[in-house]
Amino acid sequence: MQKHRPPGNLSRRALLSAAAAAGAGLAGVRSGLAGEAAKPDPLITEVQDWQRYLGDGVDKRPYGSPSKFEKHVIRRDVSWLTASAESSVNFTPLHELDGIITPSGLCFERHHGGVAEIDPAKHRLMINGLVDKPLVFTMDDIKRMPRTSRIHFLECAANSGMEWRGAQLNGCQFTHGMVHNVMYTGVPLKVLLEEAGLRPNAMWLMLEGGDASGMNRSLPLEKGLNDVLLAFAMNGEALRPEQGYPLRAVIPGWEGNLWVKWLRRIEVGDQPWQTREETSKYTDLLADGRSRKHTFVMDAKSVVTNPSPQAPLKYRGRNVLSGFAWSGRGTVTRVDVSLDGGRNWRTARIDGPVLDKSMTRFYLDFDWGGEELMVQSRAMDSTGYVQPAKSELRKVRGVNSIYHNNGIQTWLVRGNGESENVELG
Amino acid sequence: MSSWVRLMAAGAFAGLCANGLALAAPAEKPQQAAGVAAKTSKLGLGRPALPEEIAAWDTDIRPDGRGLPVGRGTVKQGDEIFQERCAACHGEFGQGAGRWPALAGGQGTLKADRPDKTIGSFWPDLSTVYDYIKRAMPYGNARSLTDDETYAVVAFLLSLNDIVKDDNFELSDRNFNSIRMPNASAFFEDDRETSEKKFWTKDPCMANCRDVPRITGRAISIDVTPDGKSGPKVD
Repeated sequence: MQKHRPPGNLSRRALLSAAAAAGAGLAGVRSGLAGEAAKPDPLITEVQDWQRYLGDGVDKRPYGSPSKFEKHVIRRDVSWLTASAESSVNFTPLHELDGIITPSGLCFERHHGGVAEIDPAKHRLMINGLVDKPLVFTMDDIKRMPRTSRIHFLECAANSGMEWRGAQLNGCQFTHGMVHNVMYTGVPLKVLLEEAGLRPNAMWLMLEGGDASGMNRSLPLEKGLNDVLLAFAMNGEALRPEQGYPLRAVIPGWEGNLWVKWLRRIEVGDQPWQTREETSKYTDLLADGRSRKHTFVMDAKSVVTNPSPQAPLKYRGRNVLSGFAWSGRGTVTRVDVSLDGGRNWRTARIDGPVLDKSMTRFYLDFDWGGEELMVQSRAMDSTGYVQPAKSELRKVRGVNSIYHNNGIQTWLVRGNGESENVELG
Repeated sequence: MSSWVRLMAAGAFAGLCANGLALAAPAEKPQQAAGVAAKTSKLGLGRPALPEEIAAWDTDIRPDGRGLPVGRGTVKQGDEIFQERCAACHGEFGQGAGRWPALAGGQGTLKADRPDKTIGSFWPDLSTVYDYIKRAMPYGNARSLTDDETYAVVAFLLSLNDIVKDDNFELSDRNFNSIRMPNASAFFEDDRETSEKKFWTKDPCMANCRDVPRITGRAISIDVTPDGKSGPKVD
């Protein structure tokens, strides 16, 4: 049987050396023209094993998993980024996804004290502070409340944070993979707050996790009453442990750090708490030495996921360019794509659901003649915001703000179909 | 037995069990029996939080000192605790070890090419130091420091950052609010919608938008990207 080796499984270095060995130019690229088969294809003319012998019966995989040929489609980390795996991050393989939903097992992880494994029967949610009646809820209580399902993106504010000074990581999984898009089911936070009864001077909430980091963040009450959910399900099933099982906050359009996982307590107050995560982290240091705080909203952003360094072009002729766009302020209204480094643009085709504060899929069907490309995408949202160039962002923010880098990404696609992360001047 | 019969039998058995449980455990009251909650709230779900429960979880400290427990600790006491419980990661002088964070130094570097953001150089509020240590440190053994030990470690961190100069200094709930953090005034509210207004106002250019681009940097030359084999083993 022919050994199947998906190209994504090759290291970039291996691809490079293979291309070098075969000489310059179009070594890795097939012409892609139809009608070239000189001999009949044995995959068609010979009976294959899977066509003759019975496959596995039902219940072989009581909880299904992807095909064995998709083993390379996994979250990956950048080990040098952090001191320990328990307080670290890994990245969603955006270039292997399609449509708008991120499968639960591929949603990037960010923990501050490892994954808490909590028996839902032992989980408690407390609401205290400026309320008429401090309350404790069990998961059963929460599941007896009116619930709703919504699709939203979660982006870490530090997504693309390594790229402020220039092109650094070679792959959209690493440059843009701290984002995912999930259908959440849960109870509007407003329902629980009204159950406890808000005092007139209530202005802020503090959300606190039940993990070993006790993650806590302040959230304006107005947002909490507007569209925040306390979710117990993602993509139709219980939250995954690494996504906060049994209960997490969903703060649509706002930075991922606010979406406290393993949520155990909400305190109501009249001012922000200035926790570690909203002062020493998740504040944006500008060139003049001052720092923006409470930069909650995620600006409109997009990235071409195919082609990208982990997803080379394999054929000349017809190709599908694809990517994601999203905005924390509303819906994505338009995505433009440039193949020449931002000199000329054409509007991409948006496909599938276009939802509020959700990732949106775009495509550009194009013919490639093997010429060098500088691929970029530019998102626009329902407030009229236009995704800026990296140079425009740096003018306002300098290069030390770490967070909220939504600048336009460039992939250089060479004649051999490989691409790399480059910075343009 | 057909599968239907088996299902029926299982259902009857489950019904019996449920009845048996209900009889055996009459003490378990239904939620609506918590009369007051049912009267004042909309759903009648949840139960009142007891003062002991709130005290166990509500350890947060605000910048105005609200939430600080009664307690005290000196720089010297904090030094001892720090060397034993914290220095393995944060270094003897809070300079950091490996990729673990530095806690001291860096003052005056925020405009530099490589800012050194520490408690002394960056953190605006002392309350954050107490709150975070109390809830999350030492890493891997959270919530193991007493209130007095936490005051002592915070006092030592103030000393490492030259915010207090006296080794005999004692930090307590009484003098906590007198400490000013050096970078406290350098934070301001999100102003993107005004300072970055130009990102909203332009009509995006579609043709001949710029000169021929020139490549000024390449991720490949930095060579810090994990290769495709670096993922965890998947079986």
